[in-house]
Amino acid sequence: MPSLKQIKRRISSIKNTQQITRAMKMVAAAKLRRAQENIIKARPYSHKLREVIKDLSGRCDRSQHPLLAVREPKEIGVVVITADRGFCGGFNTNIIKRAVKEIESFETIDPTIQMMTIGKKGSDYFAKNDYNVLQRHDQLFQDLHFGVAASVGESLIDFYKQEKLDRVYLIYNEFKSAIQQNLIVEQLLPIIPDEPEETTTSQVDFIYEPDPLQVLSGVLPLYVNVQMWRVFLESNAAEHGARMTAMENATNNANELIDTLTLTYNKARQAAITKELLEVVSGAEGLK
Amino acid sequence: MADTFQLDIVTPDGLVFSEPIEHLRAPGVEGSFGVLVGHTPFMTPLDVGEVDVTQSGKVRILATSGGFVEVNPDRTVILVQTAEFAEDIDIERAEEARKRAAERVQSKQPDTDLDRAEGALMRSINRIRVAKRI
Repeated sequence: MPSLKQIKRRISSIKNTQQITRAMKMVAAAKLRRAQENIIKARPYSHKLREVIKDLSGRCDRSQHPLLAVREPKEIGVVVITADRGFCGGFNTNIIKRAVKEIESFETIDPTIQMMTIGKKGSDYFAKNDYNVLQRHDQLFQDLHFGVAASVGESLIDFYKQEKLDRVYLIYNEFKSAIQQNLIVEQLLPIIPDEPEETTTSQVDFIYEPDPLQVLSGVLPLYVNVQMWRVFLESNAAEHGARMTAMENATNNANELIDTLTLTYNKARQAAITKELLEVVSGAEGLK
Repeated sequence: MADTFQLDIVTPDGLVFSEPIEHLRAPGVEGSFGVLVGHTPFMTPLDVGEVDVTQSGKVRILATSGGFVEVNPDRTVILVQTAEFAEDIDIERAEEARKRAAERVQSKQPDTDLDRAEGALMRSINRIRVAKRI
């Protein structure tokens, strides 16, 4: 049985930890709200782009554009998006486990796997375990703006055009709600446009200046950048959601611990009092 | 009145502008062009440059950086990476950005991406020019 003083010290130490987890939860909640707003703001842009590409790809020969052309996947690029920091439950481990599994499944067709890691946690893991890491980007989420996503997108496009990568997959956490994240694996390059609907596209005849293919060449890189941007925003929101939930749980667990410890403390206190009483009584008894 | 059309300016950071206007001038890659209500459906990429919007007789100027435009008879959508109204541009900050970009272009270090540095320089010069027009 630990002494009263020890229990008291433990309770106050847990209270301190609880204050920290509570503060982290609040911070995560505020950041989550901002991240969610950003997702909503980015939506019209990517929506419109998707529409335009759908329309344009119906008008041009797909194989003519390098970002649409499908090549045999000899070099597969895998972009894994994790967080820079921990304290967010299974967020990072889940995504890393999934990425490892996906990479193993690619190996059946024996390609070279090239990794691009976004976020410190994933970068550290894949660098330590001897994967081919083509590029790593850490600390992107501290100052997240479109330019950041665009530059990552540009470098992927460059690799793809130089045929250093024949196919690029993104693996990331999609934000579903504060308590739920979905693991998503999706193909970024070559771009797979939505199938144009036969009935609607041919009704409006657009004038394309200079011509559809050139307009498409202007639009497709934008689309890749916007996809990266969207994925960053999703992962960012998911991270804050996961951290908020994890910290909420930690705070609740701390409460439980404090409750049990307080109970033990009181029991110990009572036992001490009873013991003292007994001593006094038996002492008085002995004097008789 | 039917002499206005809806203009939406959309960037990845959100909707910048969404109001009925009378006239639009935009920097297409094949040259600057104007749009009035009832324009033929038309689509072209946009260069870095300025977009002029005429709304109830008043002209407002925006600095935009590359994207594209989709024109329909009653609705025009401009998709660009950034769009800022001239009055919102902080000239001092734009000037600093220009200096930084110019240094990067001139430094000619092997690891700087010249295309990107030049793009940044062009965009910052454009912002300064637009900001000085009001």
